[in-house]
Amino acid sequence: MPDIVLLGLNHKTAPVELRECLAFSSDETVAASDILRKEPAIRELMLYSTCNRIEFLMVTEHREEVVGAAKRFIADFHGIPVQQFDRALYINTGDEAVRHVFRVASSLDSMMVGEPQILGQIKEAYFTATRQKTSGVILNRLLHRAFFVAKRVRTETGIGDHAVSISYAAIELGRKIFGSLEGKKALLIGAGEMAELAVEHLLRQKAGEILVANRTFENAVALADRFGGKAIAFEEITDSLERVDIIISSTGSPKPIITRDQVKGRIRRRRNRPLFFIDIAVPRDIDPRINRLTNTYVYDIDDLKGVIEENIEERNREAVKAERIVDEAVVHFRRWLDSLDVTPTIVALRKKVQRIAAAEIEKTLKGLGHLDEKDRRAIVRMQEVTVNKILHDPTIFLKRNGCHGDNAVYLDVVRKLFRLDESSEN
Amino acid sequence: MHYLLITVTICYLLSSAGYFAYLFAQHRTLYRVALGCIAAGALLHTVMIVAAFAGSGYFPARNLPQTLSLAAWAVACSFVALQLRLRLKVLGIFAAPLAAVAMLAASHLPGAAVASEPVLKGFWLTFHVIAIFLGEAALALAAGAGVLYLLQEHAIKAKKMGFFFKRLPSLELLDATGYSCIVAGFTLLTVGLVVGLVYAKMVWGRFWSWDPKEVWTGITWLLYAALLHERLMVGWRGRRAAIMAIVGFGALMFTFLGVNFFLSGHHGDFTKW
Repeated sequence: MPDIVLLGLNHKTAPVELRECLAFSSDETVAASDILRKEPAIRELMLYSTCNRIEFLMVTEHREEVVGAAKRFIADFHGIPVQQFDRALYINTGDEAVRHVFRVASSLDSMMVGEPQILGQIKEAYFTATRQKTSGVILNRLLHRAFFVAKRVRTETGIGDHAVSISYAAIELGRKIFGSLEGKKALLIGAGEMAELAVEHLLRQKAGEILVANRTFENAVALADRFGGKAIAFEEITDSLERVDIIISSTGSPKPIITRDQVKGRIRRRRNRPLFFIDIAVPRDIDPRINRLTNTYVYDIDDLKGVIEENIEERNREAVKAERIVDEAVVHFRRWLDSLDVTPTIVALRKKVQRIAAAEIEKTLKGLGHLDEKDRRAIVRMQEVTVNKILHDPTIFLKRNGCHGDNAVYLDVVRKLFRLDESSEN
Repeated sequence: MHYLLITVTICYLLSSAGYFAYLFAQHRTLYRVALGCIAAGALLHTVMIVAAFAGSGYFPARNLPQTLSLAAWAVACSFVALQLRLRLKVLGIFAAPLAAVAMLAASHLPGAAVASEPVLKGFWLTFHVIAIFLGEAALALAAGAGVLYLLQEHAIKAKKMGFFFKRLPSLELLDATGYSCIVAGFTLLTVGLVVGLVYAKMVWGRFWSWDPKEVWTGITWLLYAALLHERLMVGWRGRRAAIMAIVGFGALMFTFLGVNFFLSGHHGDFTKW
């Protein structure tokens, strides 16, 4: 029986310095697969390398040999002695390897649980493997199941529902206030990575005009150009409160930039349309008392951090549900893998053909009341012999093929051709 | 007829259960079942009312059980209609129980003997009653949206992202729903009142007779008129609009039930029991 072996390291077992040294670029991945596939013990192979993990996924009948070969290969390829990374490696086989792949694809093994990028990276790696034809029937099935599991986890649990970055949490809050952010006008005061990221999120949500204010007008102009917005003078901020809906502030000012009175005077002129302040600055730019005015909401950096912490807890709670989905999928996969054994497939095939023939004979004989017992027996016997003769060649083929070469492919085809997995898999 | 009443009540109860389950579990199937239940209930309810109307020749709004049943029907119908347009699913936790409670009360109260005056027959009277009930139901939904708005606003202002924050939609949608309900409800109420006035002129020879129900309806109408006026003129929206919608609904409930229990007048017979 071929076994699935997974060997690798990730952010939990290896520090970033080590991961950097052992990472494969996409070109290197191709080159590495080309070298490793020559290893006779490796029947199927796929390898993926992201900033948080480097993993070799292999199908083999000689586990120890393959593990040794993979270690030696990593050492040779990167020019690092095995001892330096050996302790960071984990080696999973069988169900554990399957579970690991499912968990990685579903982003349960990620540094930030639920982050969506990993699935894309795994897909990319899988396409590389199929292009190079290093994946076979088992890895194909395993990866397709992994994509399916990942999709189920994403749709059936809330694992990716809640923002876990400051800028995105702010945008999500905005959506709870405004519904859609389409056409909403924003004012960016100051500059800074988080604030600019938030503006980019806004633009992606089809926000309307972006105004940019800065103590130095030139900086405002430069930033406004980047976002396709409009620069305004610092003195114009108060007046602009009538027009904009979202204010993102991130300046180094020691005193508040926007005071309660400034806003209070504008609410009526805004006809009470809601106003959302995102204050990323420390010390704060927006007077916190503004939050108490009607239809006006203020979130400072600590509030947003609080939101994120809650969201992370929420994700972890959802991860428990996801683990259950993974467990289920592992059991299903094991069942399929076992079915690739020769004997059960042959048995299932015979049973199916015999069942069909017996049912048809019974139906036919019911309508032929004039036949005597001898005639009936002859017809039944004829049917049995026919079934045996039809099944003879396929049975021999499957059995003989089992002795040499990869018969998983043929077993899989037979099971699909005769729909032998009807009841056990969807 | 009685079986139909029980079936309709069960539909509304199932729908209430479905909406509460949906609130907690957030499973789409639950919401679909709940909506299906209330829609089926509303349909059967319509059949029931039409049958009662055809059977007696009087529109069935002549004693308290009938009036409550009609109120439940109006709530269910306006909620289903709202779902077709705005899809504010969570409002079901307000609408379905409201219809269910009204139906439960209707099926448990003994029906008083009803007056059979010819003045209570006719197209205009039926129109008057239906328009007012549908209008009041829409205003009830507006109050429901107002409550949800206040819950969500509190969550956002207090920065407590708890149970309701996740489950309730955006403030904008809640506010827009409340506003649409008030516009629709106020329009229907106005039409119903005008028809009532005209009908009063036809049968009693005067538009207005200072009947307590008339007075309180007038007060309620003015309250909603003020709310709409403020919204259109100075943009009253959000929190204040939500509170006003709830206050308005309180006045409405008093007009609907309270007036008949505490004060007497020519509308009183319809809630006799």
